[in-house]
Amino acid sequence: MRRPHDRRQALIRSLLVEQLAVARGGRGLFEDLSFGLDAGQAVVLTGPNGSGKTSLLRVIAGMIRPAAGQVRFVGADGDLETEAARGAGLHLLGHQDGLKTTRTAWEELSFAVRWTGGSDASALAAMEALQIARLKDLEVRMLSAGQRRRLALARLVASPRSLWLLDEPLAPLDSAQRARFGELMAEHLAHGGMVLAAVHDPLPIPARGVELTA
Amino acid sequence: MSAGVLLRRELALAWGRGGGPLLACAFYTGMAMLLPLAAGPSPQSLAVVAPGSAWAALALASLLPLERLFERDFEDGALDLLTLGPLPLELVCAIKCLAQWLATGAPLAVLAPLVSFALGAPFSLMPLTFLCALIGGLGFAFTGGLGASLALGSRRGGLLIAVIVLPLFAPPVIFGGGAVAAMAGGLGWAPGLMLLAAYSLAAVALSPVAMAAACRNALS
Repeated sequence: MRRPHDRRQALIRSLLVEQLAVARGGRGLFEDLSFGLDAGQAVVLTGPNGSGKTSLLRVIAGMIRPAAGQVRFVGADGDLETEAARGAGLHLLGHQDGLKTTRTAWEELSFAVRWTGGSDASALAAMEALQIARLKDLEVRMLSAGQRRRLALARLVASPRSLWLLDEPLAPLDSAQRARFGELMAEHLAHGGMVLAAVHDPLPIPARGVELTA
Repeated sequence: MSAGVLLRRELALAWGRGGGPLLACAFYTGMAMLLPLAAGPSPQSLAVVAPGSAWAALALASLLPLERLFERDFEDGALDLLTLGPLPLELVCAIKCLAQWLATGAPLAVLAPLVSFALGAPFSLMPLTFLCALIGGLGFAFTGGLGASLALGSRRGGLLIAVIVLPLFAPPVIFGGGAVAAMAGGLGWAPGLMLLAAYSLAAVALSPVAMAAACRNALS
C-alpha cells in the first residue's frame, strides 16, 4: 500500500499573494490580485484564455517577475526566504509534461523525483497509485498523451513538496483517471498539502475559486 | 547528491539515443579526412599544417552537440523542472556543461592526437595534443554552453550558436595551437598550455552566471 508523504513537516505552510500585478509584453494581464492559500486547501484559478492563469502560476514559481506586488511563502516559523522555498517546497506542472521522449518512463520519473527530494521507493509507489507501473520500461514516445500526463502527475505525488501549482492538469485524462487524481489530490490536502490549479473544467475536489478577468 | 543525480541524467542524455559524442567524433574524423584532399597530400606540406588544423577541426566538432544542450530541455518543459530543484540554476548550467565535456570533450580529446598523427604530425607531439584538447575542451564546453543558452528559443538555434561561439573560441585555438606549434618548433610549450588552462578555468568560473541569466530570460 502506498504511504503518502507526511506533509505536516512541510516547508511551505501557506502561500500569500499580495497586490500582485502581472504584465506580459507590455500589456497588463491583471492587477491588485490578492489571495491566500493555507495547508489543506485548494484554490482553482478560472478566467478566459489569455487572462493570465499560466503567468500567475509562473510568477509564483519564480519564473516571471511581477510588475507589482509580491508572493510570500510562510513556513512553520514565519516567512521563508523565497528562493529557498521555491527550491524545496513547491512543484509546478505546466502545459508541457517535461518528459524526454527517448528515455523510459522509469528513467524520467526516477530522475525528476530524486531531483525534487523524493526517492525511488516513492516514485514506484506513485506509479502504482496512478496505475502506470506496467508502463515503467517503455520509452516515453510509446505512451499516449494521457499516460504521459499521469507520469508527470506521478512526479508531484512522489515528491515531498507541499505546494502544487497545476496548469490544466486534467486536460488529457479520461473520467476514471480524473477521479483517481482527484483522490490523490484529496489525500495530498489531507496531509497538509496545497493545490493551486488553473482549470477550465471543475476540479474533482472541493476548492475555492479565484477568478481572473481579462 | 542532487548534483550527482543531475550529472548522471545529463551523461545518459548525451550518450542516449542520437549518439551525440559519436556523431561529433565522426564529424571530426570526416573533417580530418577532407584536409589532405584540400591542402594536397604531400607529407611535407601536410606535416606543417597537421597540428593546427587538427586543433581547428576540434573546435568545430565541439560545436555539434551544443544545440541540444539547453534547447531540448527548454522545448519539452524539463527546464522548468530543473529550475525548481535544490541547486541554483548557475550550478545546474555548470553541471550540464561538465557533462558535455565528459561525454563529448573527452572522446574528442582522445581522438585529437590520433587525427593529428594521421595527418603527419610527429609522434612526440601526441601527449601534448591530447592534454591541450582535454583542457581546451573544458573551455569549449563552457563557452559553448554560454552560446547555447543565449540562443534558447530562437529558430535555427544551431547556426546562431556557431556565430556566437566561434569568436569566443579564438583564444583557446590560439593558445592550444600555439603550444603544440611551439613544441614542434623546439620552443617552450608551457606558456601556451598555461594560458589555455587559464582560459578554460575562467570560462568555468564566469559562464555559469551568464548561462543561468540567459535561461531565466528564456523561461520568463
